Amino acid sequence: MSRSPDSSTPAVETRGLRRSYPGPRGAPEVVALAGVDLRIERGEVFGLLGPNGAGKTTCIKILNTLLFPSGGEARVAGFDVVREANEVRRRIGLVSGGENSGYGILTVRECLWMFSQFYGVPSSVAWPRIDRLLEVTGLTPLARTRINRLSTGQRQKMNFARGFVSEPEVLFLDEPTLGMDVNAARMLREFVLSWVRERDGRTVLLTTHYMAEADQMCDRIAIVDRGRVLASDTPAALRRSVQGGQHVELEVREGGAAESGSIQAAVGVPVVWGAPHPERGTRTLKFRLPEGGVLGDALRALEEIGVAVQGISTRETSLEDAFIHIVGRALDDEGAE
Amino acid sequence: MSRAFADDAALFLRAARARAFVRIVGSFREPNGLIADAVFPNLGMCAFVMMYRALGAPAYYEALAVIGGILTTYWVNVLWGMGAQFYWEKQAGQLQLYFAAPCSRMAILCGMAVGGLLASMLRSLVGVALAVFVFHVQLEPFSPWQLFAVFMATMAALYTLGMIMASLFLLYGREAWHTCNAFMEPAFFLSGLYFPIRTLGAFGAVAAAILPLTLGVDALRQVLLGARSPGLMSVRLEFLALCGFAVLYFFVARWSLRYLENLSKQEGRLTQRWQ
Ligand SMILES: Nc1ncnc2c1ncn2[C@@H]1O[C@H](COP(=O)(O)OP(=O)(O)OP(=O)(O)O)[C@@H](O)[C@H]1O
Ligand SMILES: [Mg+2]
Repeated sequence: MSRSPDSSTPAVETRGLRRSYPGPRGAPEVVALAGVDLRIERGEVFGLLGPNGAGKTTCIKILNTLLFPSGGEARVAGFDVVREANEVRRRIGLVSGGENSGYGILTVRECLWMFSQFYGVPSSVAWPRIDRLLEVTGLTPLARTRINRLSTGQRQKMNFARGFVSEPEVLFLDEPTLGMDVNAARMLREFVLSWVRERDGRTVLLTTHYMAEADQMCDRIAIVDRGRVLASDTPAALRRSVQGGQHVELEVREGGAAESGSIQAAVGVPVVWGAPHPERGTRTLKFRLPEGGVLGDALRALEEIGVAVQGISTRETSLEDAFIHIVGRALDDEGAE
Repeated sequence: MSRAFADDAALFLRAARARAFVRIVGSFREPNGLIADAVFPNLGMCAFVMMYRALGAPAYYEALAVIGGILTTYWVNVLWGMGAQFYWEKQAGQLQLYFAAPCSRMAILCGMAVGGLLASMLRSLVGVALAVFVFHVQLEPFSPWQLFAVFMATMAALYTLGMIMASLFLLYGREAWHTCNAFMEPAFFLSGLYFPIRTLGAFGAVAAAILPLTLGVDALRQVLLGARSPGLMSVRLEFLALCGFAVLYFFVARWSLRYLENLSKQEGRLTQRWQ
């Protein structure tokens, strides 16, 4: 299992990958993937980012040989996921957030051993590897605890460790940090990165709803929505694809004389009202100042039309801005369901 | 022996051993469960023994009930522990972990069978102890080798039948559940677990042909009770038939598992939607 991956083929390659599900009772079928083309190189950490129902999990299931595509083709580690499923399975690992793996009666350590056996890892190799994974995930004190006594986050750490017991060539992580606290999630993100870095040609395909996670971890990201890849690039390039400039949020006093129209005219770019803060009698006003725009000018113009600015914050374009720009709506808007 | 074959064989054995391990740990780790598991299922058998005794039935009837009762515990394990297992796994959301793993699905099922068999062993030993030391049920002198051979052949046939059921549960959840239920009581009846199979006449012969349980019960009774329990066929024939069933069922299970796995992947029913 520890042979070095053959690096002449990409880790994951899909061409025109399609999948639809029969609709509920007479309704038209649900198209989960509508022709997806991906190419993930060996050694990459690749992210799939998309709103709920975008088709991320469907894609991962197909790549893990758990689901047949309705059209197109997919290869993992150079093997076809339908025709050479056995070869694919020898080389992959899968961790899904919130999964419920193992048997309550087993201890954490035993449970990980059980899964290592399904991958044929000799016990003499498996045990030290398990102990090291327990250490990394902070589960060492719980190694001999039965898994039905674990908390949700502890359980998720165990699932996470399970993904690594077979040292897969391509590891699929479907929302792996779901339910973990901030520290644990950060620790595990770092672990994934060092795991990939320390080994030759290991690849991780990750889905997440946490923008910062994608930004920090991924070499490249594909933004998917409604079964299509809308954009695929490095996080930096995706950010750049949205026009640059500064995102400005002003806290302005409510009940000023000016209305949106005149404010927009004063600032010179479209503005959006954010949440009101009734306890302070203010409201958030957001706009994006184009590159080269001077914030001082905008503030002066606002003052002239009687808008009282009480607080200012600015930030650079984030991955989330790029996401919203590309998908056309924010992650937490349930547009697709 | 080629390298690839040796690797596959090692993977098969490791996976089967790990899956069996869960079964065994599962039934021995909880003392309360152990008692409930080992003692209670034998009470039905005890009731039959006491009933025959109260009715003044010939002594060998008691032995009939004991043999039937002990096999029942295995049959229940086959139905609910083997057949329904993939359904539990799917409900719990870990079926996908088995199917994304490189080991053969038959390795998992074999592991469950061996584990289930060993875990049920304690239960049947308690049953035997009850029969011998509490009820003083009389047995004829018998050949332990013959007993072992017939018992193992019966188990092989039962557990491979369980493997076929397991494959059905891949695609059919609730529906297969009803099938399992439907197999339970009628099987107890048709297999003549608690009474001489001959009583069923021609009907019994048909049941024997379709249910390895019937054959197994009949063969074991012949071995343990000798001439007192005339069988449907000779022990030798029954043993051969059981072995035949086991081989047939194994290959049917393998085929059906592959077929239904593919169908489930086509229909998107191998995993839960929410995963
Ligand atoms: N087994 C199924 N049967 C019918 N429809 C399904 C099935 N599985 C998924 N779908 C539908 O396919 C679409 C894509 O689902 P998928 O789970 O791939 O999305 P996702 O991107 O993983 O979403 P999330 O971010 O919520 O996890 C959704 O509209 C979903 O309702
Ligand atoms: Mg998903």
